[in-house]
Amino acid sequence: MTAATATPTSNKPATPGAKKPRRPRPSGWWLPYALLAPAVVFELVIHVIPMFTGIWMSFLKLTKAFIANWGKAPVTGIKNYSVALDFNGAVGAALLQSFLITCAFTVLVVGISWILGMAAAVALQKEFWGRGFIRTLFLVPYALPMYAGIIAWKFMLQKDTGAVNHFIFDNLGIGGDKPFWLIGNNAFAAVVVVAIWRLWPFAFLMLMAGLQSIPHDVYEASAVDGAKPFRQWRSITLPMVRPVNMVLILVMFLWTFNDFNTPFVLFGNAQPPAGDLISFHIYNASFLTWNFGSGAAMSVLLLLFLLLVSGIYLSVLNRRSHRA
Amino acid sequence: MHETTPAKVFRIVVVAVLTVFTVVPVYVMITSAMKPLSDVQGAFTWWPSTVTFAPFVDMWKTVPLASYFVNSVIVAGAATILSLIIAVFASFAISRYRFLGRSVFSTTVLSTQMFPGVLFLLPLFLIFVNINSTVGIQLVGTRLGLVITYLTFSLPFSIWMLAGYFDGIPRELDEAAKVDGCGPMGALMRVVLPAARPGLIAVAIYSFMTSWGEVLFASVMTTDANRTLAVGLQLYSTQTNVYWNQIMAASLVVSVPVVIGFLLLQRNFVAGLTAGAVK
Amino acid sequence: MKIRTLAATAAIAALALTTAGCGGGNNASSPSGSSGGGSITYWASNQGTSLDNDKQVLTPQLEKFTQQTGIKVNLEVIGWNDLQTRIQTAVTSGQAPDVVNIGNTWAASLQSTQAFMPFDDAAMTAIGGKDKFVKTAMDTGGAPGQDPTSVPLYGLAYGLYYNKAMFSTAGLKPPTTWEELVTDAKKLTSGDKYGFALAAGSYTENAHFAFIDAAQNGAELFDGDGKPTFNSDGVVNGIKRYLDLMQTDKLVNIANAQYDNGTKAVNDFATGKVAMILNQNNADSSIVANGMKSSAYGVVPFPAPEGSASDVASHVAGINLSIFDNSKNKDAALKFVKFMTSPETQTALDKPFSSLPVLNGATPNFTDNPEEAKTFADIYATKSKPLPLVPAEDQFESTVGKAMNQMFAKIASGGTVSTDDIHNAMKTAEQQVAAAG
Repeated sequence: MTAATATPTSNKPATPGAKKPRRPRPSGWWLPYALLAPAVVFELVIHVIPMFTGIWMSFLKLTKAFIANWGKAPVTGIKNYSVALDFNGAVGAALLQSFLITCAFTVLVVGISWILGMAAAVALQKEFWGRGFIRTLFLVPYALPMYAGIIAWKFMLQKDTGAVNHFIFDNLGIGGDKPFWLIGNNAFAAVVVVAIWRLWPFAFLMLMAGLQSIPHDVYEASAVDGAKPFRQWRSITLPMVRPVNMVLILVMFLWTFNDFNTPFVLFGNAQPPAGDLISFHIYNASFLTWNFGSGAAMSVLLLLFLLLVSGIYLSVLNRRSHRA
Repeated sequence: MHETTPAKVFRIVVVAVLTVFTVVPVYVMITSAMKPLSDVQGAFTWWPSTVTFAPFVDMWKTVPLASYFVNSVIVAGAATILSLIIAVFASFAISRYRFLGRSVFSTTVLSTQMFPGVLFLLPLFLIFVNINSTVGIQLVGTRLGLVITYLTFSLPFSIWMLAGYFDGIPRELDEAAKVDGCGPMGALMRVVLPAARPGLIAVAIYSFMTSWGEVLFASVMTTDANRTLAVGLQLYSTQTNVYWNQIMAASLVVSVPVVIGFLLLQRNFVAGLTAGAVK
Repeated sequence: MKIRTLAATAAIAALALTTAGCGGGNNASSPSGSSGGGSITYWASNQGTSLDNDKQVLTPQLEKFTQQTGIKVNLEVIGWNDLQTRIQTAVTSGQAPDVVNIGNTWAASLQSTQAFMPFDDAAMTAIGGKDKFVKTAMDTGGAPGQDPTSVPLYGLAYGLYYNKAMFSTAGLKPPTTWEELVTDAKKLTSGDKYGFALAAGSYTENAHFAFIDAAQNGAELFDGDGKPTFNSDGVVNGIKRYLDLMQTDKLVNIANAQYDNGTKAVNDFATGKVAMILNQNNADSSIVANGMKSSAYGVVPFPAPEGSASDVASHVAGINLSIFDNSKNKDAALKFVKFMTSPETQTALDKPFSSLPVLNGATPNFTDNPEEAKTFADIYATKSKPLPLVPAEDQFESTVGKAMNQMFAKIASGGTVSTDDIHNAMKTAEQQVAAAG
């Protein structure tokens, strides 16, 4: 009953004159719903309904013969899924490869971004001359529109006209041929570095916010006990920013795993297999082959995977924090 | 509190390494934007052979950058304002009321962050087409369609952050306002919103950046009439020459408003995050 | 209460602001411009040196059309990177222009979407009859045995462009066989000069040469049932021969592996970095735009190996015009197609867009070099073979072309691609095409 009534949490609903045995709903019960309505409408139209449509599409034979008349596309049941999951077939094998590359990409990008963000947040924890400037500077990659930063990297990673090869081979004078960075196997390293460059400032930002909420006297007390900085970090900083970390790592994981912009802007139409991240792969699988049913099935599989990982992550963390 | 030597070394090394990592691409962007075309077509140089501002002039002619700029400003601006208004109402409801469906709403909204864009790209496109044929509102190939899409992209994070922020504002303040004769909306406007300014600014920055930088949906949903910078910048590479100097100049110009805005308001952003996300 | 109203007003005002902001865009060039009776929407592909250049070239013609018929044409020029996606979304949504340019190799694939109007006898008569078109060009209009869904607009063919000065300095004559091409190019490769440039990172270019080289070997890409036969020896050896220009013959700069469109190779040619390129005749405008005079280069047919099964030197390339089936202005659209394929308009557009005539009896005027005109007209008329006219043709281009991108990338980064590797890649491509069907 209480759940069904909208009650300002700290306010007793004053409904003078309501003397009946079953009180009518307090006036204004509809208010929170009215407040939520616009958000609900937009979420439904843009996120929820399209997602269910996408799931429905994944059971259709939605190829170019039917796309102009997609209402009449025949239902194929789980055929799209069985093709996508047949890892001996060409389509499934390519999807699996893309998935594994994306896993490696995500682990590296999230891990290194977190380490860099944490290192920077700790380094800037204490006041020093120029700290504000450095902090602002570190946020620049995050503030830049995503495509602008990636385009700059794309230019730097050109084989003959790029800054990276120029630095390694001309400035440092290392012998050998200048390698390609945007095609072949080096594409993986390229996309990882660019994604880290773009993501670590976010980790820095969140961790810095987290560190600010740790009172100074905690550190002072432990310094009196003779704790070294590294021990302070392990015994004070890390536990104190745990709530931030929980959210931060999950958010970074989801963003990175779904990353479309980095490979799309960096590689364009070239798509080296080593940089074939899964969102990019599905996009190409749908739009190049016009097989939107199959693309939808792959996206649903991706969604299921993300749900599974997030679910396990959250339940493990929650269990641990209950035990603690 | 004095600093130990290892800590100082650690600090200097971290700051130096990360500064180089951060700055080099930006440096390359700035210097290359001031190079003549022959410089960016030959071997890379750290400094232009002659400093020229011609790329900043020519870039407007190579592609219709100005119209993309206008589109991006209108789309991102409108999406930010609307998203902010909608997020304020929704977060106020979540923060101040307990009602049926509250947790369902919160969970659903947050889990939309998980949806791969490629999954609902085509369905959304089809829904827009259907809206057009039934209600007659043109959403594909218009700015309105992009505004609606983008404002929703930033909603989940905005609502979550703002609800956290509102939670941190004592309810006693609402009560005081009510004693003064304000309704709940009056309390929101007069008490909660002024107190939540850093949170609002943080959300606005986040929304603006999301819309300004979106690529995937823009690549499918835009036509000449509503093309945004995210797609427009890529058109430089389809020309007979790859004008890297102009591309860098254009990247620089489209970045400046966002970067300056963000850096000026970053304290609010951090404060908003601290109070909201990082409770 | 008052404040609530205020908030609502603010929200409405903000909404109004956006819609107002959209107003201009909405009216000016909404993709479904088909509502007005007296106007049609036309999506043109990028044929000139830039999107803007196309607009400048087409506008006077469109104005002429409006004068003659009173029908207004809303023009949008679309770059090649976007065109396929835009056509796709138009097909999917039905929010389409009335008339659209398509690459003629897509004709059969797009026909299978049933989104395009078949040119039946009545429609053909309305645009001036099937017989006004060159037969090779008309054959690309759609799958055989069905009413075509597109008609030819601009004709294109591949030719081997060579730098006259570089050839005469080296005492060479333009090659007439593949073997000569390789030996010539080797002689011309030294230091930072290369014999040849390829758009080795462009999947469409790669797919075209997989087809042409295979055709020279007498191999087909699809069997009689429309099943892919990419893995046949003729196709694989054709691909190997093309790859070996970079791999074993080393007469192509490995940097070409990153050339994701033809213009980069054209640039290298126009600036004297390479002695030869393979390109369609529309390279002319870009070469001249990059500062090379039309008298400084010559063109010969892309030569086949000695004693090969066929002397095919190109596919029947070009741009076709299609009408969307859901167009509400089919009559106006037909008038427009008739106008665009009329001798006057063709003559006016062939030159700026460097295209070959698709009409019977017309003489090529795209270049002031009569020898070049003759060579291309000859290649187009006698040495061109259409790409397979099957629905899966686009799948061939994307799967085989992309596989070749990867092979070039592997070669460029120091690896080797063996015949077995190509067989494996082609087997995968066949499976992908089968799965997409």
